[in-house]
Amino acid sequence: MDAIAGRKPAVVWALNISVVALVVLWLFPTLGLLVSSFRTGDQITASGWWSSFLPAEQTIQLRVADPDEARVDLGNGRFMVEGNIFDGRDFEGELRSWGTTTRNLGAFQPGDVNDMGDGETLTLQADGAYVWEGNDEQISGRAQRVFLDVTTPPDFTLDNYSFVLFDEDNSEGMAKAFMNTLTVVIPATIIPILIAAFAAYALAWMDFPGRALLIAIIVGLLVVPLQLALIPLLSLHNAIGLGKGYLGTWLAHTGFGLPLAIYLLRNYMVGLPRDIIENAKVDGATDFQIFTKIILPLSFPALASFAIFQFLWTWNDLLVALVFLIDATGETTVMTKQIVELLGTRGGDWEILATSAFVSIAVPLAVFFAMQKYLVRGLLAGSVK
Amino acid sequence: MNPALQGLITIIIGVGGCVGYFYGANLFLDKVLFKAEGPNAGRNINRANMIRPWVFLMPALLALGLYLAYPVFATLRLSFLERLPGNEYAFVGFENYSKMFAEPKFIEAMRNNVLWLVVVPAAATAFGLLAAQLTDRLKWGNIAKSIVFMPMAISFVGAAVIFKLVYEARPEDVAQIGILNHLYLTFGGDAPVQWLQVPFWNNFFLMAVLIWIQTGFAMVILSAALRGIPEETIEAAVIDGANPFQIFFKIKVPQIMSTIVVVWTTITIATLKVFDIVFAMTNGQWETQVLANYMYDKLFRANDWGMGSASAMIIMLMVTPILVWNVYNARKEMQ
Repeated sequence: MDAIAGRKPAVVWALNISVVALVVLWLFPTLGLLVSSFRTGDQITASGWWSSFLPAEQTIQLRVADPDEARVDLGNGRFMVEGNIFDGRDFEGELRSWGTTTRNLGAFQPGDVNDMGDGETLTLQADGAYVWEGNDEQISGRAQRVFLDVTTPPDFTLDNYSFVLFDEDNSEGMAKAFMNTLTVVIPATIIPILIAAFAAYALAWMDFPGRALLIAIIVGLLVVPLQLALIPLLSLHNAIGLGKGYLGTWLAHTGFGLPLAIYLLRNYMVGLPRDIIENAKVDGATDFQIFTKIILPLSFPALASFAIFQFLWTWNDLLVALVFLIDATGETTVMTKQIVELLGTRGGDWEILATSAFVSIAVPLAVFFAMQKYLVRGLLAGSVK
Repeated sequence: MNPALQGLITIIIGVGGCVGYFYGANLFLDKVLFKAEGPNAGRNINRANMIRPWVFLMPALLALGLYLAYPVFATLRLSFLERLPGNEYAFVGFENYSKMFAEPKFIEAMRNNVLWLVVVPAAATAFGLLAAQLTDRLKWGNIAKSIVFMPMAISFVGAAVIFKLVYEARPEDVAQIGILNHLYLTFGGDAPVQWLQVPFWNNFFLMAVLIWIQTGFAMVILSAALRGIPEETIEAAVIDGANPFQIFFKIKVPQIMSTIVVVWTTITIATLKVFDIVFAMTNGQWETQVLANYMYDKLFRANDWGMGSASAMIIMLMVTPILVWNVYNARKEMQ
């Protein structure tokens, strides 16, 4: 089959090109944000992120030294100001062309002499050294403007990250939100796994009346939108004095994660070889021993799959945190909420937005690439049989 | 107390509590309630084994009942009530629903949700199938798959920021930093467009975000299904002179139809509940409202629990056919 359809060079080329197009389409949006998080605000607004890997061309406006302080008397009524246009600034790049008014932008090459009329001249070298010469009236007052067309090499910075994560004065920083997210996520991932594992074992390997009905109910609960749970549960939490806080959020995440957890784990446990379990029973093992000593270790892949799902879902969640966690003080804000806030208040400051978003995206991405195998397995167990 | 410390303590209490409950309850059952000794040993063992499943199931059933089953009924009840000052409620029958259906913003949310439901699952499944088929026979196919799959790990909010940058529009006389406007101008557009503010079409720009996220999911599952197709069926088609398109559409697709349906319905459910993307990108402005965000508006901004619950019930109603179908299939499989 492969030999017939796959060996024509034209087909192979078409295949490769279309997959490259697909990958580019899927990768570019994220890449744009990643690249932007390493650029300064000025760079982001000056050019699109896709051109940041190329040397940037820009026109900058500088002035020569103040003639009233720096001019040198040459005699015969002529004066001169000499110096370097880049003095006092950190310039890495190449001067391509220059001009002295908005009408002759880029008209002169480095080394050219610009005759500005009435014997006034300005000469500018590639390294920024200039000589401005003229009579008393010309070389006085305001310093001559120079418009420089320069090429600057690609330049990336880590400042955004240090500002967003470590700057103590930054009230919109992500450090606190990061810790809060972590505080929500870890218990909200571990607790449902434990509860679900026992329930899944009972549903998979223990015989009791009503088992089939329970499984059907759990399959049904899988798709119940959590939107329905918001008001009744918030009222309940308020009524029993839980209010808004971590405990309520952990419980809510546990409840919402359980159907998938039980479903995934049961499907996996049912597939474990019957012989092992029956042999253990014959040898006198109790259900509890079978579960902890045999089923649990064997179910590791399924446990890992669900742990990743639950981790991603709780880490990325906004709605549950908004409703059950974040109160008026905002002390318990999580990263997703913080980013939505930033979208409102700092909508144009892409360096802050991009960096904050990437701080929150980075952890799930790392988990994703490290544990992709288990994620795929979990997906397959959850939807295909 | 430091929340991190509080979290740590909760983990210990929560995990310890769970383990303690399961171990203790199990021990209690065997050693105290129904001892496996004395004259009734046999009967006691049987009784203990009858109760044990419920011991194992108890925490899960409690959590499921309280956090998923109870709210369905509580929300249904709330949707027929109106909240009066002083924590009182008055029964108003279907008034919340009739008020809601009279609201243009709700009609807009319904229309948009239907659009989402038609476009997103179809597009994500189609792209997923395409990606699965194309990458399957490629040497670097696994890398390509990883990249298409990657958005799964990105939060809706993160994706919203990512796509806001893609759609960013800046005044005509300065450099465009959104790649869409850059391409639009490069290929002959006259002026930069605020993509998210063009009524009707902006819905599709929001949908693109969800399609971008869900395609990877569809691809992973469909790719596994494609690999499960028996080779003989394809070989037979090749010998009969079928071209690659015929093989794909007439041999492969029919054989994985049941998987396609599963993928389609799973994405449909995700689409029905879409909230974060709209909340973060437009918040329902410029005619992009969807049901979940409308509901959030009613519940927490307008503080109208009656209408909020009514719109939540509409979402539940739209999920119900899929719920019934899933349960029906699960029962069929178990027999």
